[in-house]
Amino acid sequence: MTNIVEFHNVRKSYGAIEVLKGISLSVPKGGVTALIGRSGSGKSTALRCVNGLESIQAGELHVCGRRLHENGVKLRELRKDVGIVFQSYNLFPHKTVEENITLSPRLTRGFSRSQAREIAQRVLAQVGLSEKASSYPEQLSGGQQQRVAIARSLAMEPELMLFDEVTSALDPELTGEVLRTIEALAKQGMTMILVTHEMAFAKRVANQIVFMHQGVVWETGDGKMLDAPQTPELRNFIGNGL
Amino acid sequence: MGMSVTLAHYILMLQGMLWTIALSLMGFVGGTIVGLPVAVGRISQSKLLRRALALYIAVIQGIPLPILMFLCYFGISVAGFNVPALVAAGVAMTAYSSAYLAEIWRGSLQSVPKAQWEAAECLALTRLQRMVHVILPQAVKISIPPTIGFLVQIVKNTSYAVVIGFAELTYTARLINNSTFKPFIVFSVAAVLYFAVCYPLSHYSRRLERKLKRA
Repeated sequence: MTNIVEFHNVRKSYGAIEVLKGISLSVPKGGVTALIGRSGSGKSTALRCVNGLESIQAGELHVCGRRLHENGVKLRELRKDVGIVFQSYNLFPHKTVEENITLSPRLTRGFSRSQAREIAQRVLAQVGLSEKASSYPEQLSGGQQQRVAIARSLAMEPELMLFDEVTSALDPELTGEVLRTIEALAKQGMTMILVTHEMAFAKRVANQIVFMHQGVVWETGDGKMLDAPQTPELRNFIGNGL
Repeated sequence: MGMSVTLAHYILMLQGMLWTIALSLMGFVGGTIVGLPVAVGRISQSKLLRRALALYIAVIQGIPLPILMFLCYFGISVAGFNVPALVAAGVAMTAYSSAYLAEIWRGSLQSVPKAQWEAAECLALTRLQRMVHVILPQAVKISIPPTIGFLVQIVKNTSYAVVIGFAELTYTARLINNSTFKPFIVFSVAAVLYFAVCYPLSHYSRRLERKLKRA
């Protein structure tokens, strides 16, 4: 199977409110998929389902060769393969940048302190923050914190990375620096799914764009889809968005 | 009437104060040993465990400390063991402190943002690893001011050990008053001694709170 993620008619509700109304979606290995859509369209929920942060009520969800929510599928194993970066960074404030990054490799992969430190140096270089290893998160700008969060995820050597509106809390300048980091990763062949409001970025970097609307996949295509929307809803969304 | 309060009496009261401090430490150390697991258990995924510990806390908090003292002192001797008042008072203070410290620490654990749990979960950490490496260190920082504030309550409440005849400061003061009939002087001295222990603690607690608020 060349698809790293497959949604088959996935449904998800919070109480009486159905957020995902049967979505089907494939993400090929090695590509970048951008989920776009209004707030409340279900795109973040769909993303959070991929690494098991949200459970699903119906349908099938396959991630990295596992069928999720089947008995015996260990979420902890899945999370070694699937990294996620959040809008609010969620770095550990009591740990230095390096400790943030080395924590999981040491605890979950059994690396020694010095091996983990080498990994930290490598991923920090990847996001351009080698000199910040001994800083605490509060000493960094929002953009730097987000790049550390990306590095922390990279240190797990994931097969797939999820980005949940990672630039929504940043000003345009810092947004640019984070997006450049993500773009560089994409060029290195990292498979990623990103929920984003940055249309120009999605158009330039994504191989696949998925427009979600009212809990379903409304329109799917490549970057050109944004120039020639097929549905009035997408046309409307782009019109308001740009 | 009565005899005057002599230097020997003051020394006796200082000794009483040392026992008050010793009993406070027993209460705090014992309360920590019991209260920390209770706090962690209160946010466990097991509903049964959460309920059971909530009941433990409700029972302890619903019983006046002097009654706890009596229960420990006479209860244990009814069971056939002859316990010194110090041990009974220590057990009672442990039970009392554990219930309140557990609630303070449960609140501290819960005030660490949920996103921190989630981030740690997404890094494939086990629940125990998340607790030890991510949540506890942050909760400790939050809990220090209220914990030190509660220490003041512990110190003052050791005075209830008077009911089982443990020779801490209050008991000693009453003893001296009985022989000297100078209640104003004797209890004023006791008050000053309590204050001398408690005030630095509450002052320190307030200062820490301000400092942590800034950080």
